[in-house]
Amino acid sequence: MDIFLQQLVNGLTLGSVYAIVALGYTMVYGIVQLINFAHGEVVMIGAMVAYTVISMLAATHLPPLAIVTIATLAAIPVCMTVGYLLERVAYRPLRRAPRLAPLITAIGLSIILQNLALLIWSRAPLPYPQVITTVSYSLTSHPNGATITNVQVAILVMSALMMTGLMLLIYRTKLGVAMRATAQNQSVAGLMGIDINRVIAITFAIGAGLAAVAGVMVGSYYGVAHYQMGFILGLKAFSAAVLGGIGNMAGAMLGGLLLGIIEALGAGYVGDLTNLCQLSHWFGAIAERCQTNPNLALFGSNYQDVFAFLVLIAVLVFRPSGLLGERVADRA
Amino acid sequence: MDDPPPLLVLDKLAVAYGEIRAVKGIDVVVGKGELVCLIGANGAGKTTTLKGICGTQPVRSGTVRYDGEDITGMASFRLVRKGLVMVPEGRGVFGGLTIEENLGMGAYIRSDRAGIAEDLARIYDLFPRLRERRRQTAGTLSGGEQQMLAIGRAMMARPRLLLLDEPSMGLAPLMVQKVFETVLAVAKSGVTILLIEQNAKLALEVSSRGYVMESGEITLEGDARALLRDPKVRAAYLGAA
Ligand SMILES: Nc1ncnc2c1ncn2[C@@H]1O[C@H](COP(=O)(O)OP(=O)(O)OP(=O)(O)O)[C@@H](O)[C@H]1O
Ligand SMILES: [Mg+2]
Repeated sequence: MDIFLQQLVNGLTLGSVYAIVALGYTMVYGIVQLINFAHGEVVMIGAMVAYTVISMLAATHLPPLAIVTIATLAAIPVCMTVGYLLERVAYRPLRRAPRLAPLITAIGLSIILQNLALLIWSRAPLPYPQVITTVSYSLTSHPNGATITNVQVAILVMSALMMTGLMLLIYRTKLGVAMRATAQNQSVAGLMGIDINRVIAITFAIGAGLAAVAGVMVGSYYGVAHYQMGFILGLKAFSAAVLGGIGNMAGAMLGGLLLGIIEALGAGYVGDLTNLCQLSHWFGAIAERCQTNPNLALFGSNYQDVFAFLVLIAVLVFRPSGLLGERVADRA
Repeated sequence: MDDPPPLLVLDKLAVAYGEIRAVKGIDVVVGKGELVCLIGANGAGKTTTLKGICGTQPVRSGTVRYDGEDITGMASFRLVRKGLVMVPEGRGVFGGLTIEENLGMGAYIRSDRAGIAEDLARIYDLFPRLRERRRQTAGTLSGGEQQMLAIGRAMMARPRLLLLDEPSMGLAPLMVQKVFETVLAVAKSGVTILLIEQNAKLALEVSSRGYVMESGEITLEGDARALLRDPKVRAAYLGAA
């Protein structure tokens, strides 16, 4: 049971990061029907900028929380600018082009951003300076049970706050209603006096701002940043958005959390489930090797990444519209 | 007679979709406070005329003047700020937004909270159905109710010139009656209206002047009563011999 609880905590943490990134994909898709494949790279840039700032401030005697806050506040405007520029320079001129054109552009942008990061931050994995001392809190009464760290708590709380803030923005403010109106019918939105170009640019910028925070969270969680880190992360968050139903905000959040949990539980149990030693009775050769390594398994937890894509494939096969689908009324 | 300058002047306006010349250089004038209708059969070019005015379809040649200013090709979102508001063909309500959110979007360009609340109350008084259902998504409304919402939403912008594209389309007779009553009430409140209609009889009855459009050209124009009596109009649009 402890593995389960522990992996649930890990999964929720990772899942809330996926959810934040997935929201960026889904918001942009909702408003311009475009998969912004460069979104993962925006997360990476957030992690990189925060790395630079934290490294610079690590030697100062600022409190750790202040350092991370400053780093996040630096990453947000940088990423928002990148997100804005992606839309303004690359996607807007292609808004009326066949759908393949912006899709290929997105992949190209993703490569360009990776290479820019490579030039600025080098090809080496960059260790995040450990300004925050990790503290573990026990979740159970016995000593070696499941734990939750202060970093995990911070990630969970920050994500919850951002998701709540975003939902309030989208459902309770004039700008949010204008974003939803633009998503539904751009030309009619224009007839309301809404400058749709501005609303679309703001949508990209908001998604990128969320991505910046996600980048800082991933960097702090794994303690490392790398110019290619956005690729897999972006694909997973995209899978989460598809799982929840692309274009649907609640779906992105649900999909992100579910994906994180599926992945963590999968990683936690795949070794046991594919443990070859259970087959010792039938295969003598296995029995021998199990004497030295009782955990001999077909797949180890390094297969974690596979789960996201298994989920993606399963969704595309069995429920292409995702869990929460695309509500038909939204498109009317 | 010292007429005030007209609010809208189309001067040899031509609008095309690639090779298809849908509007072939028409002259239309709408005076301040007037209710003018533009009638014609399917495909005559009525909707395209409005698209040309609102900048949603590029103008091929000619000009659109509004309140003395050349607004040819100006983006629709800028025109709303000048008081030129269109209710598009097919109503264009935001089906996934609530009634109240739709009406709120009508007032997007405004920031006078008190005035907006006042106008909202007035529109709810005019259309009690909308008040009852204000928290429902607009996609759940009937066609007639959606038309009321579309007109109400346009009124939320406090327009000076309202362009209405076939507000009676697809509605039952009783609803059509209600829509025309509403249009008249809006006109009486001082809003200038250019009304596009296929229901020529009703349109001419509420209007002061009318234009008849055929394959992209204005073929007849004049006093609405005179047009109602015109044998050509009667034969072509009023179903009379
Ligand atoms: N998007 C478009 N692309 C190409 N041609 C178009 C387009 N929209 C309209 N047309 C053509 O332009 C002409 C005028 O169309 P328009 O929609 O202005 O007519 P209308 O008078 O509004 O008709 P209705 O009463 O049926 O609404 C028609 O021949 C139509 O086929
Ligand atoms: Mg039409």
